[in-house]
Amino acid sequence: MPDNLLEIRNLRTYFHLAEGTVRAVDGVDLDIKRRKTLGIVGESGCGKSMMSLSILRLVPVPGKIVSGEILYYRTVQQDNGSSQSNVIDIAKLHPNSNEMRDIRGNQISMVFQEPMTAMSPILTIGRQITEAIILHQKVSKAEAREIAIDMLAKVRMPKPERTIDDYPFQLSGGMRQRAVIAMGLCCKPQMLIADEPTTALDVTTEAQILNLMRDLQQEFGMAILYITHNLGVIAEMAEEVAVMYMGKVVEQSDVRSIFYNPLHPYTQALLKSIPQLKDVLTKYDEKRRLQTIKGMVPDPYHHLKGCPFHPRCPEMISGVCDTVEPRVIQMDEGHIVRCHLYDKDRA
Amino acid sequence: MTNQNKQAQPLLEVQDLKKYFPIKRGFFKQVVGHVKAVDNLSLYIMEGETLGLVGESGCGKTTAGRSIMRAITPTSGKVFFQDPHLGRIDVAQLDDRQLMHVRRSMRMIFQDPYASLNPRMTILDIVGAPLRALGLLKGKALEDRVAEILELVGLRPEYMRRYPHAFSGGQRQRIGVARALAPNPSFIVCDEPVSALDVSVQAQILNLLQDLQAKLGLTYLFVAHDMSVVAHICNRVAVMYVGKAVEMAPTRELFVAPKHPYTEALMSAIPLADPRPRQKRVLLSGEVANPAAPPSGCYFHPRCTYCVDACKTQEPEFREIEPGHFVKCHRADELKLSGVSEILEH
Repeated sequence: MPDNLLEIRNLRTYFHLAEGTVRAVDGVDLDIKRRKTLGIVGESGCGKSMMSLSILRLVPVPGKIVSGEILYYRTVQQDNGSSQSNVIDIAKLHPNSNEMRDIRGNQISMVFQEPMTAMSPILTIGRQITEAIILHQKVSKAEAREIAIDMLAKVRMPKPERTIDDYPFQLSGGMRQRAVIAMGLCCKPQMLIADEPTTALDVTTEAQILNLMRDLQQEFGMAILYITHNLGVIAEMAEEVAVMYMGKVVEQSDVRSIFYNPLHPYTQALLKSIPQLKDVLTKYDEKRRLQTIKGMVPDPYHHLKGCPFHPRCPEMISGVCDTVEPRVIQMDEGHIVRCHLYDKDRA
Repeated sequence: MTNQNKQAQPLLEVQDLKKYFPIKRGFFKQVVGHVKAVDNLSLYIMEGETLGLVGESGCGKTTAGRSIMRAITPTSGKVFFQDPHLGRIDVAQLDDRQLMHVRRSMRMIFQDPYASLNPRMTILDIVGAPLRALGLLKGKALEDRVAEILELVGLRPEYMRRYPHAFSGGQRQRIGVARALAPNPSFIVCDEPVSALDVSVQAQILNLLQDLQAKLGLTYLFVAHDMSVVAHICNRVAVMYVGKAVEMAPTRELFVAPKHPYTEALMSAIPLADPRPRQKRVLLSGEVANPAAPPSGCYFHPRCTYCVDACKTQEPEFREIEPGHFVKCHRADELKLSGVSEILEH
């Protein structure tokens, strides 16, 4: 069985609008390994959500995947117990094809940010969870309900046989998010895309949900693509981290190197701009200021020459960064960075 | 650090503040119960300091902020405010005319910079609105003042004729700050001012709030749920749980040596930007209690790991356990709770 479950190669998702072209995803390469968690960090508008929607072929119009491949290594269980895998390029499938529908929600599923908007307010959560089960598995309604109750119990929903008949508004935020996670997991997917699943929740509930997702990952052996802007959550959840800026992955590495040895100036600046809890112990009496990144994320219609971060970068090399687009530089094993500072033979 | 001595008069003193929302049922809209959103909240804020108000969603921190402002009228309780023009007054008792005068000195910054600015008003109208409504300035003088304020919050005055849609989230929040500052207030309630912003923008706004405080001598009530932000910006912190303050102490003391089990749990849940595994973690089970039907005794007892029999029946007092450190827990003296140093220790 290949190690990678999903390989994204040079993916570009563009929005052709009257005002210009928005390059939401602009040449992303990523490998998602089986049973591992890949974290994607970036500020709003960096293209992290559009990338995940591209994987599921749910990019809203007028957005389009203009080039690239999304290779999905699908494992098929044989009758004799062995498993065999074939490769599907999701980017080539029609969004409404049977094949895509079989992947979406069944083999790759998604947990959205706002549990209130991700669910229909006029259907019971049971009805919404069983919908996916009936669609993808050959089971009766009664059996689907059993599976749904079972799954609600797995996400530690209190009294699942009763809550299954509740409407979303009857549940608290944390419970709603548990229901959404149950919906995503009911078909035992190979991969779960979690798009800021805890952003709308309190820290205490967030801690519960993060623990839950880790436990369920162990149990089901699925890969998780965890998208967030919260570096603290990334540190807890991910084994590998990709930092995105303006539709590009600017740095990717294992989680320790990202936090202890960040290379890209953007990653460094992001880490410095969050208030550190440990400062309350040491620097309490000093006048503390946070380091900020100057300027703001550029206008998406405006295409910058060279590195997209150069107008905000403290280490900008003029004549290089503002003219030549940086290459992907391989640093230590598994640590890549897209920055001229590390390019030994830059022009 | 701001002065901790009790001699100085607090700028704001809240005593037994209550805000109950009636629950009405049936055809005749009979009151069948109350949601006790804020229940006997007492706190004080010294001049020039920042008091953090933290807690989970639904604990009443926003309602508390709004009741203090008289944006909503509290059910009972006193809110003494040292107004630079009117002297020491009880904001909870004022009539509409007096209230208008207090609005000059007590202002508010809101959470969502997308929802809190009227999309049909220019920045000049938005920032100038309080000046016009309070009858302070008009015409050219108003424009000059708006230009001055915009510069103060780091926006170009030339943009004052633009509409909010032309600005980014961080800039919009600066506009919100400018609107609060326009009538030259002394006290500002910041209701989750950075929780809707990206991390890099959050840092800019936090720095701005600190700079303004130093420059203009402002006093903040900083309502937030992010403990790291609170640790960074506040001098003292009050923790709320289901409408009641459960602990209040100087920031460092609260984070290093919390006395209430809920504070300990809140801190232990903070996601740290550090991938080393944490050994100690107090995970809260269950959900926040329902403020319409709170549990008996200490409201926190069903989720508390240190709960004893007394906690189930008797409500603990909010008492001063050390100078300046208030806590509402029966077992505050005997418990050894872990603070930030234990969390960061691996």
